[in-house]
Amino acid sequence: MAVTSPALAQEARLATATVRRRRFNLDRFLSPLLLAPSAVVIFIFVYGFIGYTFFVSLTNWKSAKPDMTIHRPVGAIYPDLFSQTRFQIDLRNTVVFTVAFLIMAVLGGLGLAILLDRHIGGSGFFRSVFLFPYALSFITTGVAWRWLFNPETGINLLIDATGINKVLAAYGVEPLKPGWITDPSVVWQLNGPIAAVFPPAGEWSLKLGVPVAMVAVAIAAAWQLSGFAMAMFLAGLGTISHEVREAAALDGASDYRLYKDVIIPLLNPITISVLIILTHVSLKIFDLVFAMSGKGPGFATDVPGIFVYEMIFRAQRFNFGAAAAIVMLIAVSVVIVPYLARQLKDL
Amino acid sequence: MATILAPAGRVYVPRRKRRVGQYVVYALLVAATLFYLMPVYVMVVNGLKDKTYMTLSDMWKLPLYLNGGGFPVAWNVLSPSLWASVRMVVPATIGSALLGAVNGYLLSKWKFRGSDVIFTLILFGMFIPYQAILIPLIRSLDLIGLYGKWQGLTLVHIIYGIPITSLIFRNYFANVPTELVEAARIDGAGLIQTFLQIMLPLSLPAFVVVGIFQFTNIWNDFLFGVTVVFNPADQPVTVALNNLNGTTSVDWTVVMAAAVLSALPTAVVYVLLGRFFIRGLLAGSMKG
Repeated sequence: MAVTSPALAQEARLATATVRRRRFNLDRFLSPLLLAPSAVVIFIFVYGFIGYTFFVSLTNWKSAKPDMTIHRPVGAIYPDLFSQTRFQIDLRNTVVFTVAFLIMAVLGGLGLAILLDRHIGGSGFFRSVFLFPYALSFITTGVAWRWLFNPETGINLLIDATGINKVLAAYGVEPLKPGWITDPSVVWQLNGPIAAVFPPAGEWSLKLGVPVAMVAVAIAAAWQLSGFAMAMFLAGLGTISHEVREAAALDGASDYRLYKDVIIPLLNPITISVLIILTHVSLKIFDLVFAMSGKGPGFATDVPGIFVYEMIFRAQRFNFGAAAAIVMLIAVSVVIVPYLARQLKDL
Repeated sequence: MATILAPAGRVYVPRRKRRVGQYVVYALLVAATLFYLMPVYVMVVNGLKDKTYMTLSDMWKLPLYLNGGGFPVAWNVLSPSLWASVRMVVPATIGSALLGAVNGYLLSKWKFRGSDVIFTLILFGMFIPYQAILIPLIRSLDLIGLYGKWQGLTLVHIIYGIPITSLIFRNYFANVPTELVEAARIDGAGLIQTFLQIMLPLSLPAFVVVGIFQFTNIWNDFLFGVTVVFNPADQPVTVALNNLNGTTSVDWTVVMAAAVLSALPTAVVYVLLGRFFIRGLLAGSMKG
């Protein structure tokens, strides 16, 4: 490329300029053109397919053989779906699971991040340990916790080892032996109180309360994903300048006040991101429950993800499965779309 | 992103107070470590046990003899699936990484009218519950003769990997100075040439991050594996493990050994390259 004579250099420059102009025009078309294959594939495989699934939810397709005739009245599958006790249970379970899981994963993650924020020796090791479960599959986690929550072994052996059950037995009290994922009971039922104000609630077949087994599943999920929350919070803590901390320390703020009044409020944007991402994970939860407890006793751990899977692949009631999948999608979208819209505005 | 986890300097705290505080911090961290490692311990230790010497009520005890426990049987049952997973995960990871690199480059350095909207619409694809696309997905794969085949599963992972890989690469390229692209343009390099000769060599770290992250994601997938492929020998290892988990004909030692084996590849990657893993995870959940 070494150009020696000035004349040649001039010529070369002119030539490149022409090429450049031509290329530049070409490149402006090239960018959308090269993006098109991926964009088209995503539009078909995401948006087109969602449309198709929605259409299936309006049809009579409820056997192995596709039946694309429209179910009348149009959209009637949806009220049918919501009136099924099993689907109502699934929605209740999702709410309970989401709340329990978010509390444990977010507070756990924040707590670990604050502990590691002090940069004490070995913090790299601790961080790796806490994030490790995130690298495992939900199936592996489900298998492990299924054994830990087996009432005859696992955690209950540890409870026995503390000697608490001997003490309880001495006072003639039932031993502490939780059923974990095998527990069919629903505690803190609200049906009674609601029926007192709203009598039709007495007829509900859905027990409006907290299914104990679902909380056990939430513990396993929090074990797996609190490390993610921790990593996000640590990233956020790393961006808080230590002038802020020093200023607070010089003002005589205790560590407790420093975190409560200064640092945690500064982490708000991160907290919102963590909440959004973990909520959408919990609305979609499937594999973990599938491997751990499946539907559970009396649908105690059934979730929409499992419902859809069973409707489509076991019962072959495609229209019901599709409708439940669309409900899942809408629930996820309510959380995710505002988040994406905000990101788009900042682009 | 690279500096985000760097220590932010010590906080000023009187020395004696700091020392007492440190003991408390360490105690809490050690307690948390025990909790986080508990399932790992149970899986490894029980996988190594021999059922003739130990029962389920010995769950927390160490194995009496080291004779491999459930591992030989688990390996026999799982090895076809481990191979099926590798055969599918490697091309799917490479394919989705390459597409993500091109998209990320275009979306950060060659923006055009509407490209940000297209980017956002692509991103939505990584959040959807895949249950909402399963029926048409399977019908389409059937139409092109890939339903039930591992090649079909590979294709599915490449396609649904596009949003996350495009996001990570876009954030990476956004931090590469645009002057580099402009300088290349002045030297007469076009869009493609700039990508191949300047951006691609620069993007090696992003490829490592995306590669590790996608390897883990695809290896850990269950829903596509269990629905798109039906020949047991072609099903990924998560499906094989779940099948073992559901049967009563195998010992619990085998199930636990199988859980360890199925998690080993991602666990090894995590232990060796955890730094990049964290970067991928953060890049995938925040804007760059």
